[in-house]
Amino acid sequence: MSFQATTSQTVGPYFRIGLSPLYRNEVAGLQAAGTRIRISGRVFDGNGAAVPDALIEVWQANAAGRYRHPEDQGAAPLDADFVGFGRIPTGADGGFQFSTIKPGRVAGPGGCLQAPHIVVSVLMRGILKRALTRIYFGGEPANAEDAVLALVPASRRDTLMAQSDGEGHYRWDIHMQGEHETVFFAV
Amino acid sequence: MSDLKGYRKPWWHTQPEYVHPAYGSTVKRGPLQPLIEIPATLSEVTGPVFSATTIGKHAADLTAGHAGESIGERIIVTGRVLDENGKALSNTLLEIWQCNAAGRYLHEGDLHDAPLDPNFTGLGQVVTDAEGRYRFTTIRPGEYPWRNHYNAWRPAHIHFSLFGEAFAQRLVTQMYFPGDPLLPFDPIFNCIADEKARNRLVSSLDWENSKSEFALAYRFDIVLRGRHQTPWEK
Ligand SMILES: [Fe+3]
Repeated sequence: MSFQATTSQTVGPYFRIGLSPLYRNEVAGLQAAGTRIRISGRVFDGNGAAVPDALIEVWQANAAGRYRHPEDQGAAPLDADFVGFGRIPTGADGGFQFSTIKPGRVAGPGGCLQAPHIVVSVLMRGILKRALTRIYFGGEPANAEDAVLALVPASRRDTLMAQSDGEGHYRWDIHMQGEHETVFFAV
Repeated sequence: MSDLKGYRKPWWHTQPEYVHPAYGSTVKRGPLQPLIEIPATLSEVTGPVFSATTIGKHAADLTAGHAGESIGERIIVTGRVLDENGKALSNTLLEIWQCNAAGRYLHEGDLHDAPLDPNFTGLGQVVTDAEGRYRFTTIRPGEYPWRNHYNAWRPAHIHFSLFGEAFAQRLVTQMYFPGDPLLPFDPIFNCIADEKARNRLVSSLDWENSKSEFALAYRFDIVLRGRHQTPWEK
């Protein structure tokens, strides 16, 4: 057999059949340590129309900055009530929402710490491979020293910033195209 | 801390572009700005790990768990999940979904005028074994129309979703059937410029795993991205 990576294909419109068993919009367990936050937003296409058949998958470190994964050998403790995975389908208005705790800082390139962030896969009917992006937190001082953000043109960094509108709630929209097209990454 | 080993970039033309006009919905949904290349960090080389405990009772047999027999041709699908370095990926979750034998999904968005089968849901989950092998039993899915263009029909296919060991390896794909006459006309299958890469989405008839007087088997191997290696690692 070949050892070239298998080609990606769209999730299509009917992904709920296979993917709903792992829908999770409560990313943190009730006992998980950290600051409780809620993030909501909408997904828009190039016409500014809502995308009602998208799926957002999120992955993040716990409040201490540790991923629940063997590759993370950091000194920060695991949290028994925190895994860090979420999977949220968009509704008829293109909206999604999840609750979690604010992630801690994890190691980044060159040994610097990264700013708090959540990695995100965006899947939908109408894209043939997942789009990879990140949620950062607007106004976070650590953003200034984040090595990944530094690679993003300053004029586009806003698209990655969840903005607080008070009481632990953040707003973060995804624009697939257009003036505010979200920054997507290749890794 | 030294920088982490990243994951290999795709070979040329073996992965689709975001905008593929023959598949109409990509035109307004695919990002237009170039992707920003970032180094692999702890955030991308880690990812959720799902164990067999998350799996339902009949998850590896899509024909089971209903009141009666599913309608259609019973088939067995097997394969291995490896990475580009040839390493077997064990304990990896595959999520599977498909339409029934008549070409209808159990989904309110599917308006195709073909019958639903009360004895077929179209949902499966399997976890690979120590050698990266998986196996499930299902019904051969039907072809179905979609509205992409006049007389547009999807070739028979099964949807697959895999996490692998890291967020960087996430893959959603589709398995097709050998000899399907619709393949040359399907813009989703043909989104891949490289013909060999495209044809690796087509399963092969698998006599070895077929069960006489019960079900034919099809083989579909899946390769997830591999990490860069240093020369002394093999
Ligand atoms: Fe389909």
